[in-house]
Amino acid sequence: MAERLLEVEDLRVSFATEDGLVRAVDGVSFTLDRGEVLAIVGESGSGKSVSVMTLLGLTRSVNTRFAGSARYKGLDLLSASEQQLERIRGAEIAMIFQDPISSLSPVHRVGDQIVEQIRAHDKKISKAAALDRAVELMERVGIPNARARARAYPHEFSGGMRQRAMIAMALSLDPSVLIADEPTTALDVTIQAQIIEEIKALRERSASGVIFVTHDLAVVADIADRVIVMYAGRVVEQGTLEEIFYDPQHPYTWGLLGSVTRTDRDPPRRLPSIPGAPPSLVRPPAGCHFRPRCPHAFERCVEVPELTSRLPEAPGHLDRCWLEVEEKRRRREVAGRIGLVAEAVA
Amino acid sequence: MALDKPRSRRADAQAPAGDPAPATEGDGVLIREPGAPGPTEALPREEPTTVGVGPYRLALRRLLRNKVALISFGVFLLIVVLCLLAPVYSHDIAHIGPNTTNVTGTVKVGGKVENVVSTQGIPIGPTLTAHYFLGADEEGRDLAVRLLYGGRTSLEIGAIATAVIIVIGTLFGLLAGYLRGVVDAVLRPLMELIWSFPPVILGVAVGTALALGGIGPIHGNSIFIPAFIVGVIYVPYLGKPIRGEVLRAREMDYVDAARAQGMGPWRIMFSEVLPNVVSTIVVFIPMMLAVSILLESYLDFLGAGVQPPNASWGTLISDGLTYLQTTPTYSLIPGAMLVAAVLAINILGDGVRDALDPRAQVKIQT
Amino acid sequence: MARFAVRRTISVLALLFATSVVVWGIFEVIPSYNPARAIAGREANATTVAAVARKFGFDKPKYVQYVDTMKQVFEGQIIDYQNDLNVVQQFRQKFPVTVSLVVPAAIIWFVLAVILGSISALRAGKLSDRAIMVLAIVGVSIPVFLLAELLLYVFAYNSSIFPAGGYAPFLPNPGQWFYHLILPWFAIAALSIGFYARVLRSNLLDMVNQDFVRTARAKGLSQRKVFVRHVLRNSLMPIITMFGLDFATLLGGATLVTETVFNLPGIGQYEAQAIGNLDVPPILVGALFTAFFVVVFGAIVDVIYALLDPRVRLTG
Repeated sequence: MAERLLEVEDLRVSFATEDGLVRAVDGVSFTLDRGEVLAIVGESGSGKSVSVMTLLGLTRSVNTRFAGSARYKGLDLLSASEQQLERIRGAEIAMIFQDPISSLSPVHRVGDQIVEQIRAHDKKISKAAALDRAVELMERVGIPNARARARAYPHEFSGGMRQRAMIAMALSLDPSVLIADEPTTALDVTIQAQIIEEIKALRERSASGVIFVTHDLAVVADIADRVIVMYAGRVVEQGTLEEIFYDPQHPYTWGLLGSVTRTDRDPPRRLPSIPGAPPSLVRPPAGCHFRPRCPHAFERCVEVPELTSRLPEAPGHLDRCWLEVEEKRRRREVAGRIGLVAEAVA
Repeated sequence: MALDKPRSRRADAQAPAGDPAPATEGDGVLIREPGAPGPTEALPREEPTTVGVGPYRLALRRLLRNKVALISFGVFLLIVVLCLLAPVYSHDIAHIGPNTTNVTGTVKVGGKVENVVSTQGIPIGPTLTAHYFLGADEEGRDLAVRLLYGGRTSLEIGAIATAVIIVIGTLFGLLAGYLRGVVDAVLRPLMELIWSFPPVILGVAVGTALALGGIGPIHGNSIFIPAFIVGVIYVPYLGKPIRGEVLRAREMDYVDAARAQGMGPWRIMFSEVLPNVVSTIVVFIPMMLAVSILLESYLDFLGAGVQPPNASWGTLISDGLTYLQTTPTYSLIPGAMLVAAVLAINILGDGVRDALDPRAQVKIQT
Repeated sequence: MARFAVRRTISVLALLFATSVVVWGIFEVIPSYNPARAIAGREANATTVAAVARKFGFDKPKYVQYVDTMKQVFEGQIIDYQNDLNVVQQFRQKFPVTVSLVVPAAIIWFVLAVILGSISALRAGKLSDRAIMVLAIVGVSIPVFLLAELLLYVFAYNSSIFPAGGYAPFLPNPGQWFYHLILPWFAIAALSIGFYARVLRSNLLDMVNQDFVRTARAKGLSQRKVFVRHVLRNSLMPIITMFGLDFATLLGGATLVTETVFNLPGIGQYEAQAIGNLDVPPILVGALFTAFFVVVFGAIVDVIYALLDPRVRLTG
C-alpha cells in the first residue's frame, strides 16, 4: 500500500471582495498516494488552481477564508505556520506554473534561480556544489549544453526549455509531491508532449505523487491515474482514468469529453462546445452549480447533489448528479459518441 | 492604466458570446428532450450582478465608498466656495477691498483702539472681528480679504494651468504617439527638453521676464502669464505618458478594425484611441492641479508669479515671512490654506487613481 | 557600448545646443527686454545706454550675439551683466556649496524613501503604512520655502538648536559645516522622500502579484529573501530613473529656493539673483550646466538599468 501523501477533506476557500464573498473552492476532497498521478480538470473559474495553490499556502491573505482540512503527511497545511510552510515548499511539495516566462525572475540567471531553491533549504551546501547540482538537474530534464545555459537568463530560453528548467528547479530537492498547474497550456503541442514525457519519467524515477491541473482532457488521458473534474468550485466527478473516460456520470464530464476533437473520426459539422458560461462565484446558482447550463436538469437539481458513488461496483467513482445511472448512460450517447448536446444540423 | 473596451474582470455571469447554442441565461433549460422529467418553470432565474455598467460607473462607485477621499473633496470644495465668496466677504463683512491700503488706520479690538500697522511697521495680528479678522499686512490691507481673493487667484491659475496641460499634453501625446514620423520627431524631443528643465528655473526665468513687460496684448499683471508658464512646463508630464499609452493603443485590434473600415487617422485618434486614454488623463487632473498650485507659489516666492498689488497664497506667504517672528499668522494662515487645498487635491487624486485601477482587488485565478 | 557612447555624446551636444538657443531666445522674444538699459540703470541717459550696448555687443545682429556669447561660455570668459564677474568662475566657486547641500540630502532621501516605502508596502493597510503615507502625502503638499522657513522658525529663531542659515566650509571645521547643513538637508529630503516612498510603495504592491514572486514563494524562500531579491530589486528600477533626473537638476541649481531661504551661497542662489536681475549670462550658464548633468546622469542611469535588468540592451 503506497504511502498516503495528501489528504484533502471538504476544502473550502473563499475570498472577500468588494462585491461579496467569492467561493472559489466549495468543498473539494481528494487524496494523493506515492507514485500516483492525479489530474484535476476544469475550465477557468472552476477552482482547480486555487485548490492546489492553497496546499502551499500561496492563497493566504487578509481577504482569504479557509475551511475544511488539507493534510500533508498528517500536517494540516491550512493552519501551519508560515515557517512550516516555507520548509515544505520546494523541498516536500514543489510546484511548477503555467507560464514559464512570467514565472521565472527575469533578472536572475536560470542556474542561479535553481541554486536559490537548493540553498533555501540546504544552508550548508556551497554555491559551487549547488551550481553543480543545478547543472546536473538541467541535464536530466533534457536541456542541452546545461553548464553554459545555466548562465543564461529566462528570456534567452525557448518556451519548452524554460518549462524544463522550471521542472528541474522543482525537482532539485526530491519533493514527495509535484504539483503541475497547467504546465503545458502556454506551449506548442509538440513541446507539450515532451514535457508530459518528462513528468512521466519523473514519476518512474522517484515515485513522487503528481497533481496535474489542466483543462485539456487529451493530456489527462496521457498521464493520469485518477481524475477529478471540477466545476464552479466543486468536484462534480472523480474516479480512475478508465471510469471517467468510459463511464462518465456527470453531464459536465460528458460535455468535456464531447468537445475533445478526435482525429480518428470524421470532423463534426460544428465543433461541439458546452453552451453558456460558468456562473458567478459570488452568487452561485442554488443547488447544482451546473444546473443552468445542463440540458438534463430537472426539479431535484435545486437541491445540492451529494458527492457520492452511485455505482455499487465502483465505490471510488463519485459524482454529483441526481439522475439515475441508467438515465445517465442513455443520455450521454449523442450522435454515436459521448457528449452533452446534439450537434445542430447546419 | 488605459481601460480598453470594458471587460469586467470579476467572476460575473457573462452574457454568452456568440455561442452556437440557443441562449440560456435565465431560462434554466436548454434543449428539452422528449420525455425529460418535469416542468422547469419553477427553477429560479440567474440574476447577473452588474450588466452594462461601464468601468467609469464602477470607478465612481468605488470612489464614493472611499470616505477619506470624499472628506478631502469636501474640504477642497469648502475652500473653493469660500474663495469664490471673496467679493461678498469683502463688501458685506470686512467693508474693505483687497488692495485698499490703510497704513495709518486704527481698528477697535476688544474695546481698545490699536494701530493697524504699528509705528515700527509691524502689522497687527488677528483681531477676530469683522475688520481685519485675520490681521493686516504691512500696507494695512485686510489679510482675510486678501486671503480669499488670493485663494481665488491661486485656484484660477491652477485651473487654467491644468486646462493648458490637459489640452496641449493630450494633443501632443496623441499626435506624437499616433502619427509618429516627423510629428513625433519634433514633439518628442521638445517634450524631453521641457521636461529636463527644472520647473522652477525655467518658470522663474520666463515669469520674471514676462512680468516686466507682458507680451502682446497681455499685461504683465495678468494671471494668464503665470498660468500659461506653469501649464507649458508641465505639459510633458502628461504628454509623455499619453504618448506611451497611444503607442500601445495603436497596436490594438480595434484600431486595425477602424482602419479597415476606412476611418481616417484624425477620426481614429479622437474617437477610438482617445476614449481609451481618458482614464489616464482623469488620474492626472488632480495631480496636475496640485503641482500647478505649488509651482505657482514658488514663482511668487521668487517674484516671478503674481505681481503686486494682486495677491495669491504664494505672495501672501512670502510677504508674511518677513514678519514671521512678530506676526506669524500673516504667513502661516495662507500657508495652512495652501497646504490644505493641495493636500485635499492630492488625497482626492489618490482616491481617483485607486478607483480607476483597483490593484487592491484580490487577483483570483482558478 | 561604443555605439551607445557615441549616440549619447551626440544627444548631449544636441541638448546643450537646444537649451542654449531656447534660453537665449526667451529673452529676445520679450519686447520689453532691454539689457543695456537694465545694466545702465534707470537714471542713465541715452548715450550711456548706447555705450553699454556697445560694450556688451548688444548692437550687433542677434545671431552674432549668440555666437559670441557661446564662444565666451566655452572659453570660460563670460561676464555677468550685474556685477561684472566671470560667470564660469563664480560657478566654480559656488558649486561645492551646492554639492554639499545636494549629495548628502539625496543619499538621505533615497535611503529613507526605500526604507519607508518598503515598510509601507509590507504592512499595507495597517497603521504604520497609513501613518507613513500620511506623512508622505503631506510632504508633497508643502512648498519648500514654507517648510524651510518653518524649520528655521522652530529650530533657529526661537531656539538655538541650529544656526539660522549661512554656510560654513568643510575645512577647517567639518562640525560647523555639518551643523549648518542639517536643516537644509532636511528641507530638501522631506519633499522628495514623500514622493519616492509613495511611488515605491505602489510599485512594490504591483510587483507582489507577479508570477515570478509566486514562484519564489513556492520555492520555500523566506519572506525576507523573496522581498529583497525579487520584489524590491524589480521595483527599484523606475525609481532609479526618476532619481537620476532629480539629482541632476538639483546639482544644476534647482536648489535655488532652499539656498535662498537658508542663505547658502551656492549656484542656486546665484541663479536666483541673476533671474531677479534678468542677468542673462548666469542664467544661460546655469541652464547649460543643468542640461549637461541631466544627460550625464541620464546615461549613468541607463547603464545601471542595463546592468540590473538583463533584458535591457543599451541603445542610444
